[in-house]
Amino acid sequence: MSVLGLFNYWIVIVLMMLGFYVVIAQGNLVKKIFGLNIFQVSVFLLYISMAKVDGGTAPILAPHISLYSNPLPHVLILTAIVVGVATMALGLALVVRIKRAYGTIEEDEIAAIEGELP
Amino acid sequence: MVVMAVAFILVRDLFAVIMLSGIFSLTAAALYVLMDAVDVAFTEAAVGAGIATVLGLATLGLIGAPAEKVAGRHPLGPLLLAVVTGVALIASTWNLPRYGDPAAPINRHVAPYYITESGREIGVPNIVTSVLSSYRGFDTLGETTVIFTAAAGVLALLGRRRRRPTADQAATDERQP
Repeated sequence: MSVLGLFNYWIVIVLMMLGFYVVIAQGNLVKKIFGLNIFQVSVFLLYISMAKVDGGTAPILAPHISLYSNPLPHVLILTAIVVGVATMALGLALVVRIKRAYGTIEEDEIAAIEGELP
Repeated sequence: MVVMAVAFILVRDLFAVIMLSGIFSLTAAALYVLMDAVDVAFTEAAVGAGIATVLGLATLGLIGAPAEKVAGRHPLGPLLLAVVTGVALIASTWNLPRYGDPAAPINRHVAPYYITESGREIGVPNIVTSVLSSYRGFDTLGETTVIFTAAAGVLALLGRRRRRPTADQAATDERQP
């Protein structure tokens, strides 16, 4: 149990690093933004898994239940999900503008066009 | 989910990337249900899997579903950085509380107060709702501000010529909890 109890953190970290890798290594801007989405989901999983209590149920008050999971991380993550989508909408809007201005959404091509300009 | 994330990196077609991201979010929502976070699961399924996918597809529509990436570069430097960071993070998990531990610090701070008192103080059975809208109401106000700013930003960026992403943003505003 002692080592298995850390398994949730390891999954979160692996997912987080995969998302991190997409964000820093991929040249495509749309893919970068969705990589950020993977990173976000891994953070959400971290919070939600910390909130779980053994034998607890969903935090909705009921007469014969006394053990609930921790509601506070749920609230924080609810807010974070919505903020994440708002961020993503803004990022995608920027991508659309970049596509209009440069005709491409690949980072290296944009850098090449920038280099050609005086 | 790890398999999906790896597939996400390898796939080059942007349409497949967005679809994989939607499936990824939906799987995450199922996991949230397993971990007792039903409200979060609802939101993730509606917003993360639904609206994010729609936004991505709308973007693809606007930029004309471009061809795939030039060449699948997988440079070593970022990979090494990610692996090193991941190993360091995993090494640092040893002292963290174990999964489901009721005595973990996170479960002993204000959460017991919310659980025992919110039913009497607020009168809503769903503790998440009462914390969200009452105890931490200012967080929700801030969240709404962020959404408004994002909507204004999207409008400023795209509003003059095309209206489609704006409609999606309005949908986001309506559906947010």
